Amino acid sequence: MLDLTYETPKPKVIAGAKYDWELVIGMEVHAQVASQAKLFSGASTRFGAEPNSNVSFIDAAMPGMLPVINEYCIEQAVRTGLGLKAAINLKSAFDRKNYFYPDLPQGYQISQLYHPLVGEGEILVDMEPGIARLVRIERIHVEQDAGKSIHDMDPNMSFVDLNRTGVALMEIVSRPDIRGPEEAAAYVTKLRQILRYLGTCDGNMQNGNLRADVNVSVCRPGQYEKYQETQDFSHLGTRCEIKNMNSMRFIQMAIDYEAKRQIAILEAGGKVDQETRLYDPDKNETRSMRSKEEAHDYRYFPDPDLLPLEIEQAWVDDIKASLPELPDAKKARFVGDFGLSEYDASVLTAEVANAAYFEAVAGEAGDGKLSANWVINELFGRLKKEDHSIEDSPVSPSQLAGIIKLIKSDAISGKIAKDLFEIVYTEGGDPEKIVEERGMKQVTDTGAIEAAVDEIIAANPAQVEKAKANPKLAGWFVGQVMKATGGKANPKAVNELVAQKLAQA
Amino acid sequence: MSDLNKLMLAGARDALRKGDVTSVELTEACLAQIEAADELNAFVHKTPEIALEQAKAADVRIKAGDAPKMCGLPIGIKDLFCTRGVASQAASRILEGFKPEYESTVSGKLLDAGAVMLGKLNMDEFAMGSSNETSVYGNAVNPWKVDDRQLTPGGSSGGSASAVAADLCLAATGTDTGGSIRQPAAFTGITGIKPTYGRCSRWGIVAFASSLDQAGPMTKDVRDAAIMLEAMCGHDPKDSTSADLAVPDFEAMLTGDIKGKTIGIPREYRMDGMPEEIERLWQKGADMLRDAGARIVDISLPHTKYALPAYYVIAPAEASSNLARYDGVRYGRRAKLAQGDGITEMYEKTRAEGFGHEVQRRVMVGTYVLSAGFYDAYYNRARKVRTLIKRDFEEAFAAGVDAILTPATPSAAFGLGEMVDADPVQMYLNDVFTVTVNLAGLPGVAVPAGLDSKGLPLGLQLIGRPWEEGDLLNTAYAIEQAAGFVAKPSKWW
Repeated sequence: MLDLTYETPKPKVIAGAKYDWELVIGMEVHAQVASQAKLFSGASTRFGAEPNSNVSFIDAAMPGMLPVINEYCIEQAVRTGLGLKAAINLKSAFDRKNYFYPDLPQGYQISQLYHPLVGEGEILVDMEPGIARLVRIERIHVEQDAGKSIHDMDPNMSFVDLNRTGVALMEIVSRPDIRGPEEAAAYVTKLRQILRYLGTCDGNMQNGNLRADVNVSVCRPGQYEKYQETQDFSHLGTRCEIKNMNSMRFIQMAIDYEAKRQIAILEAGGKVDQETRLYDPDKNETRSMRSKEEAHDYRYFPDPDLLPLEIEQAWVDDIKASLPELPDAKKARFVGDFGLSEYDASVLTAEVANAAYFEAVAGEAGDGKLSANWVINELFGRLKKEDHSIEDSPVSPSQLAGIIKLIKSDAISGKIAKDLFEIVYTEGGDPEKIVEERGMKQVTDTGAIEAAVDEIIAANPAQVEKAKANPKLAGWFVGQVMKATGGKANPKAVNELVAQKLAQA
Repeated sequence: MSDLNKLMLAGARDALRKGDVTSVELTEACLAQIEAADELNAFVHKTPEIALEQAKAADVRIKAGDAPKMCGLPIGIKDLFCTRGVASQAASRILEGFKPEYESTVSGKLLDAGAVMLGKLNMDEFAMGSSNETSVYGNAVNPWKVDDRQLTPGGSSGGSASAVAADLCLAATGTDTGGSIRQPAAFTGITGIKPTYGRCSRWGIVAFASSLDQAGPMTKDVRDAAIMLEAMCGHDPKDSTSADLAVPDFEAMLTGDIKGKTIGIPREYRMDGMPEEIERLWQKGADMLRDAGARIVDISLPHTKYALPAYYVIAPAEASSNLARYDGVRYGRRAKLAQGDGITEMYEKTRAEGFGHEVQRRVMVGTYVLSAGFYDAYYNRARKVRTLIKRDFEEAFAAGVDAILTPATPSAAFGLGEMVDADPVQMYLNDVFTVTVNLAGLPGVAVPAGLDSKGLPLGLQLIGRPWEEGDLLNTAYAIEQAAGFVAKPSKWW
């Protein structure tokens, strides 16, 4: 496999009133495991169900109820770890994180503090062609989600929906290797892409199935490098954690706001307090949620209801063997095998379904670059216009390949091909048959084209004289010929003949 | 037949099969006794209708020759077990009105085995206590009495012990986190076994300390314990800590033959200030086992003295987390709130009025030992001690010891109210011989072996190898036969 090589992006620099500042960002992404049943209870995870309908006795923390690990969720977390090139810990354990909240019926969340399932890994975060940041993953642990408290339905009461309580989450913790708001968004984008390739999380941010806590600090240029050399955090600034972000745009805006807030404090001679903050998109600001002093003491301890989780290397190996081709490898292959630009390859591999579609088209049409152009420009453009996803594309890969093959064999021109695409898109049918039946075939018979050229030259002597003086006006003749042939003349042949005949006239 | 309530499980089972008696008759006899025994305060939720219905169904099955092992035998269930449609309160105000929609695995197995449920039995609140005095229902009373002094039946399974000893039922379920089956059994002259951790499913039993809690039978003799334990235990996929092991026919293992067995006498259990009567009983037990052909050896369990402090760190730590779910939100009692009270006030008021003092004390101790800064000094250290205690036992067993003989309790039953003003640690000392067994996850059985000078029963404890309850019960059976303990409390209630 061809590995693409990348340069490291420059960190974002924010100019303060006095100094330049750099950002240091680490992320904790909560990704909901794509599973039918919850992590410990067997209740359904279906989104959008009636409130409190996907709730088992265990989720409601009825007396005497006990958790039992859902093996499928563990498999998905292992798969995710392997997809992030991470170490899998054959022995891990679940701990209780204790705190009171109405949407946490047990009074504790079952999580993994001391012995997470997945250890260190990495994610290559693509910024633009040739530029990418390698972000280290510290760990992934498996934990229960909490329920939902609803405070805005009634002026005097709060409501609780436990449907989400106990759903399996993977908390994916990065090292503080992200160096700007755009990188942070790109990191989440790439992580989401990998999760979707793996099928371990649907990545639906709107439904809250992928949320990020963002740790932001600022430092003077040069400090980060010192941290990198020593892994000593004292070289970095005090961080604030912005909780629960579920939009790429808000992540960027929140980081930008937060960095500037911290810079202003520091330049005024103040000190940044380590605290948890919330981002308010309406006001575009972050607000303190709780300070370090107010931080909960979660009193983590090993959950005595669950034995340590031991998994077999052979099982991990089987999961590894079943991993799909992941975005980096696919992109490199598209560049290598199909001669695509890195940009096009990125676009085509953003979603695994898109990549599969493209590969089907390119395989049948026998032309990677042309297929890429058609998939990206025509198909994606058209689908986007109608807000369709690739899965609902009315044009099958085979149909699109058919169109491309007709272009390649000079049977139709690029322009006609676009008309043909529209017909196939709206009416369906076999492109080749449509071209035959509707007489859309390109006229490549030079005799016929020559006759048309001669006729137009003969009929327009004044234009001929002008064109002789100014060769750019040859285009007018081309246009006239295309009109006369109903657009079916091979444009290349027309161009050549017009140039030739004008020269002779 | 008269005095049907005084039958044991084995005798009643045989009489039922022979057709000498019906389950309805047995059940009615017990219900009559229960009605007349309110002074004992053992049954706190009586279920006569359910019992009679189950008894009738049992009689039909017996007649049809389709009787499972406990068919038609009336028993009581500790209030800690969730029983479908029947109040299950763990003797706590905070679970007031709670009637589960599910049946605990253990009580479910007993019902599947044909047992008849007479009602729910008193206990210490959330199984926290050694005298049954922390119960929201008020304490159960020991049917044994000295002069006019009312005695504790022990705890936490005090209601179970009292009910069995007073023949209100044929047998009862108990649970044991630090001695809650064995201590009350010893205080009331009955037999109680805490099986190996993982033998009985914990599913549906209100949790106190998850890594220590085990259910077990409380019966009138060892044979009954064998019969009932077999019906209670077995693998349960709903409890991740339940062992996937076959359940042997424990009753068939009661031969009384213990020739060649090695019984260890741990020197660390010889406590300073231990009453001479207890010392003598212990010696008598060793003699009985020797006479029955066992070899008696002195052994050392060097970390014993750290067991009680370790237990009183680990158990409250787990309890503080297990009891967090009682918040007044979804079930049980919710405190009346004042205008403007929010969620925090709801938690605080509900838990302040819903939990009794001992439960509050343990929740606070547990919260403290798990706090940042104290975790290593307390909880982690206690876990290390636990590992060492477990190793002590493993080494003794590896050296060829088959069972370990100790007193079950440091004294006979004490008077109700006697410990009210005492340092709570005085009460905790009741568990000094029993907590090691829970910490090590081993099976332990208490069997009555004699009376003290005041005429109160005293029990001996045998501790066995993991998963060898059958062997352990057989050794207990040998003591039972040698001791010939037949004393019964004289009826005053």
